[in-house]
Amino acid sequence: MDAPEAALLEARALGTDAFPDIGDYAPIGDCRTIALVAKNGSVEWLCLPHFSSPSVFAAALDRGGGRFSVRPAVPARVKRRYRPGSNVLVTTFECDSGTLELTDCIVLPRCGPDFELEPQHELLRELHCTVGEVPVEIVFAPRPDYGRCTPAFRRRGRIAWQCTRFHAGAFIRSDIELAPLDEGSLSARYTLKGGDVRHISFVYDEHEICAFPPLGAHARARLEATTAWWRKWSARCTYAGEHREQVLRSLLALKLLTCCTSGAVMAAASASLPEWIGGDRNWDYRYCWLRDSALVLDAFVSLGFEEEAQAFLGWLLHATRLTWPRLQVMYDLYGETRLKERRLEQLSGYRGSRPVRTGNAAHSQLQLDIYGELILTAQRFVEAGGELDLVERRMLAGLAGTVCKLWREPDQGIWEARREPRHHTFSKGMCCLALQGLMNINQRMPLGIDADKIRGEAQAVRNEIEAKAFNPKLNAYVGYFGGDEADASLLLLARHGYQPAAHPRMLGTYDFIAKELMRNGLVYRFSTASRYDGLGSPDNAFAACSFWAAEYLAGIGRRDEARALFQRLLTCANDLGIYAEEIDAGGHPTGNTPQGFTHVGLISAALAIDSLDSGRKS
Amino acid sequence: MISAAGGVFQVMLWGFIATAAMSAVMFGSQRLGYSRLSLPFLIGTMFTGDRSAANVAGLVFYLMGGWLFAFIYYFIFASIQLSSWWLGAILGTMHAVVLLVLLLPMLPYMHPRMATEYDGPAVRRRLEPPGFLALHYGYRTPLATVLAHALYGAILGARFAF
Repeated sequence: MDAPEAALLEARALGTDAFPDIGDYAPIGDCRTIALVAKNGSVEWLCLPHFSSPSVFAAALDRGGGRFSVRPAVPARVKRRYRPGSNVLVTTFECDSGTLELTDCIVLPRCGPDFELEPQHELLRELHCTVGEVPVEIVFAPRPDYGRCTPAFRRRGRIAWQCTRFHAGAFIRSDIELAPLDEGSLSARYTLKGGDVRHISFVYDEHEICAFPPLGAHARARLEATTAWWRKWSARCTYAGEHREQVLRSLLALKLLTCCTSGAVMAAASASLPEWIGGDRNWDYRYCWLRDSALVLDAFVSLGFEEEAQAFLGWLLHATRLTWPRLQVMYDLYGETRLKERRLEQLSGYRGSRPVRTGNAAHSQLQLDIYGELILTAQRFVEAGGELDLVERRMLAGLAGTVCKLWREPDQGIWEARREPRHHTFSKGMCCLALQGLMNINQRMPLGIDADKIRGEAQAVRNEIEAKAFNPKLNAYVGYFGGDEADASLLLLARHGYQPAAHPRMLGTYDFIAKELMRNGLVYRFSTASRYDGLGSPDNAFAACSFWAAEYLAGIGRRDEARALFQRLLTCANDLGIYAEEIDAGGHPTGNTPQGFTHVGLISAALAIDSLDSGRKS
Repeated sequence: MISAAGGVFQVMLWGFIATAAMSAVMFGSQRLGYSRLSLPFLIGTMFTGDRSAANVAGLVFYLMGGWLFAFIYYFIFASIQLSSWWLGAILGTMHAVVLLVLLLPMLPYMHPRMATEYDGPAVRRRLEPPGFLALHYGYRTPLATVLAHALYGAILGARFAF
């Protein structure tokens, strides 16, 4: 057992209740919601019925926020893995007296041979004592509505325990007898002997009459069917390069974040896990950011998942109709635009990081880059052979008018600065790319736009950038017009095609970013010292930016540097290959997790490095 | 007095409208989180274990049941030569009470896919039973059910003049 694990487990044996590290959380899900399972076997985050619903378990944000814990009642060494090619989590507890294997999944609907009358959601936990005997402690303490509700439990004969006092049907069943522990909690202590297998099933139906799938062999069959579905899905991945394991894990994380009922891809599974422990950078990321769209679509298409790419583009074009011809920074998974930011005063925050927020005030900001990202997404879809219908073409044509009208305006920029708007270089670059993208699409399928006017506007944006965003003294593009600060988002200008990666101005920009924003091989978004984003509070390295840097280095042929940086970043994932939004100075994940943007960055960088390697070989 | 020729059409038409209104109240209470009771779903799952198919098939049977009960209401009004919205509402309330007190609690012993609290769930019997007054589906379920049925009766009572 390594030291931190030993400390954690000893502390637990003494009855303390410390927050696990953010990297200790492992996601499982059913493409409608995600649960975060801590290394000690405790489910500490789960929102039902979907990603951005109020939580049922939120111990990740407050130790009294609700949890579902299954763990040995004695100190143990912990190892974790996903079943290969799947999002089914296996946690192995090795105790002095024996070994317990805990397998967790949210059962995927209609994937088994027997899908008669399934519940909307089933969190299924299998306990298997493989060696010796292990005393097990189970605590089931849901606290719906972000901890505001303490449910009562009512025994429904031999059926299940029902959680009452809230509107949904929520039941827990087990072949281990559970009993009330205190108000709002059920618990059990039970000793499993070698070969024993037990199941615990938490089922949830929001508006429907609930169904209880059988336990025992049937539960095991559901677990196997869920594993088989994930394996079949991930087997479609066409990537066979050196980093297949990491790319596949990133892809599986991305799929977990994809809403199967709408096609939307969430930015992350959690809300208000802090970017800086104890700080105020605690945001709700359970929404779909347009900023991520082009890179997400690229990742799906590059790895052979055209169906997901098409569903995502369909969602993008459908959701944005509500605000068309303007775009909003983010939408919820069904295209809802009102994402009012609220502070949850009842939650103390992860390790005291307050405020805990839901909703996101950035939704109403002006961020011009999102026009570029949406149009580039459509462009890449069309270049990959996709077809746009008449309504979608008309939508894109409408966006052309909006970009022409707005690009001269200052905005909040990609980092959602909470300060007065500025002329952000990245935003202008994406406006230029938006207009160029529209012309490219227009050449393949007529959009009914005035091509000459669009071309003229695109050139005007470019002239403006080259005149005002390039600082000759620094030999670099800077974060905003007339400024002298670095901004890591500018690495994406080469990625999206504003300038070739090897262009002298981009080379200078990379050097400037590396000098100003790279520390210990990790890239920060911007300098917080100058209150670049209006907050000024400390921040960690942004994981996605670090991967962009690796991809940029690959793009300019600096193979060894790209590989070294990429390898460095691989050490910053958790033990399962999962990344959060940021990485602290010690290389540990911080912020919301799992973060789609980071995993997309990993996929892009791996592909770029592989492409460089294969170019050398050929 | 409804003529014999037009009577069937009247009962069919207003039976459909009353059933639609009752369904709207029941579905509305489901979506608003007041109750999880869905009579069409309970009926549909007697015939199929597929949730979607059960909802569709159940709705068809439910509408047919609504028409059948419209005839029964009509004959009750005709037999006492009196009808009005309030009498219909009383009849509807009594209908709901019978459903909540007698029929739904007995359902686990009749429904092929419903679990019983005595035996627990089984491979085929896995639906949540309603319990007394269908309170397992939410404590506002009796209220929603009585309101929906009272509305059904009130519409029929108001339209069938004697």
